[in-house]
Amino acid sequence: MINFEYIRSSTAQAAIAAAIKNTNTAFIAGGTNLVDLMKKGVTAPQRLIDINNLPLKTITEQGNTISIGALTHNSDVAENTLIQTKLPLLAMALSAGASPQLRNMATVGGNMLQRTRCSYFYDTTMPCNKRQTDSGCGAAEGYNRMHALFGSSTSCVAVHPSDMCVALAALNATVHVAGIKAEKKIPFADFHRLPGNTPQVDTNLQPGELITSVSIPINAFTHHYYLKIRDRASYAFALVSVAVALQLSGNTIQKASIAMGGVAHKPWRLTAVEAYLVGKHISTEVFAAAGQLAMQGATPLAHNSFKIKLGSAAVQEALEKATS
Amino acid sequence: MEIVNNQNGRRGFLKKTTALAALTVAAPVLIKAGEHDEQVAAFFEQIPLQIEVNGVAHQLSVEPRVTLLDLLREQLQLMGTKKGCDHGQCGACTVHVDGKRINACLSLAVMNEGKKITTIEGLAKGDALHPMQEAFIKHDGFQCGYCTPGQIMSAICCVKEGHANTADEIREYMSGNICRCGAYPNIVDAIQEVKKGGQPL
Repeated sequence: MINFEYIRSSTAQAAIAAAIKNTNTAFIAGGTNLVDLMKKGVTAPQRLIDINNLPLKTITEQGNTISIGALTHNSDVAENTLIQTKLPLLAMALSAGASPQLRNMATVGGNMLQRTRCSYFYDTTMPCNKRQTDSGCGAAEGYNRMHALFGSSTSCVAVHPSDMCVALAALNATVHVAGIKAEKKIPFADFHRLPGNTPQVDTNLQPGELITSVSIPINAFTHHYYLKIRDRASYAFALVSVAVALQLSGNTIQKASIAMGGVAHKPWRLTAVEAYLVGKHISTEVFAAAGQLAMQGATPLAHNSFKIKLGSAAVQEALEKATS
Repeated sequence: MEIVNNQNGRRGFLKKTTALAALTVAAPVLIKAGEHDEQVAAFFEQIPLQIEVNGVAHQLSVEPRVTLLDLLREQLQLMGTKKGCDHGQCGACTVHVDGKRINACLSLAVMNEGKKITTIEGLAKGDALHPMQEAFIKHDGFQCGYCTPGQIMSAICCVKEGHANTADEIREYMSGNICRCGAYPNIVDAIQEVKKGGQPL
């Protein structure tokens, strides 16, 4: 690992001020993705700003929203009674991610800022437009079994690996950000980016901006499920994952919110499926049709077309599990 | 509490050679940084670090890029914590930080200022092994033994966190620890025995 300047900040404003002094700067919280990338030589910040002492570790209910501090550990969110009671989908998704050790280190803000990535991004001997601008995409012509079905570009076909973010997308979260001038709120759907021709930029955060919290509206969903399909039983990235939240009245779906992981450069909301489901009675046929609709418009690569059938089946199964 | 200042001898020599190696490897960065003298200084700066390991307080000085794992093994000579993948995927480096299990390979040492670390060396009380160590021996929860320190550190937290209620739950909450020898069934047995025993961990 190339050495770097290390600064430990105790306030958000001090951290932001330190960040804007040098363009090659990174905030470090849990470090589970950043330290790994630095060891591999994929990234080499000149300056790391340790934000772990910032007072951003509380989970609070404020009116009709629940606010989670950006430095709250993934494990603490997953085990929190308020989250388990009022946002069980989020707890379920968090528990499906990474390993117990990593969940004890990784923070909510860091989870959002983990790189959208694939093995070609990690392998510095291979071309990758995300790692090195205009070097080409190793995955497009290479082994792309894990890669995207939606929203990709010729420059990048990687997928965002977070489970937590799939649930936050389905739950209409808002990201709260502090900057040098002002604070701002970013709707979760606008936080992550599709690759376009600038795949090196994963999010719409500007330089020096720091996530302080994420807020989630308390919802009227009555049924939920997070289904994660992976190559082994635990501790692996999703081939596909589905976060389902439904509001049922009897057997009728009043409201549906569904997002998928493992299929795009960002958590992928299934708005057409949601619209289809509203007003329907729950049934195997309806859920199967929802699964088919979910994969409409998918553009498979050489090795990931299996994800289309898998994705349809996963959406159907998640809906069935949510309502069973 | 004992204060150890481990700043001399072999380590000092190793540090100098590391700095020379860094000069060779990181030359382009240094040339760039050389435009600003204070940045060159920053590259070689040693950060003071106060850390408690297995009940012993240490006043250390480390480069920012040193991981907690390398600090334990190379500066404090605590070789029980193993380096497997060095990328957070195998769990061989699992230690407790303020009572929580983490991968020491992905934590920078300087991020653990003021923290209390427990490693496999800190479990036994004299000749009396920790209940989880006893259970691993009784159930033959290892073959080559390389993953065992990480497995035991992780297993203790698995029970303490309340995630050792069934064999399935143990398998899920021990998924961050890989055993290439495949001692998993015996590891699950050992954890279940400790859970049933109800001893303070």
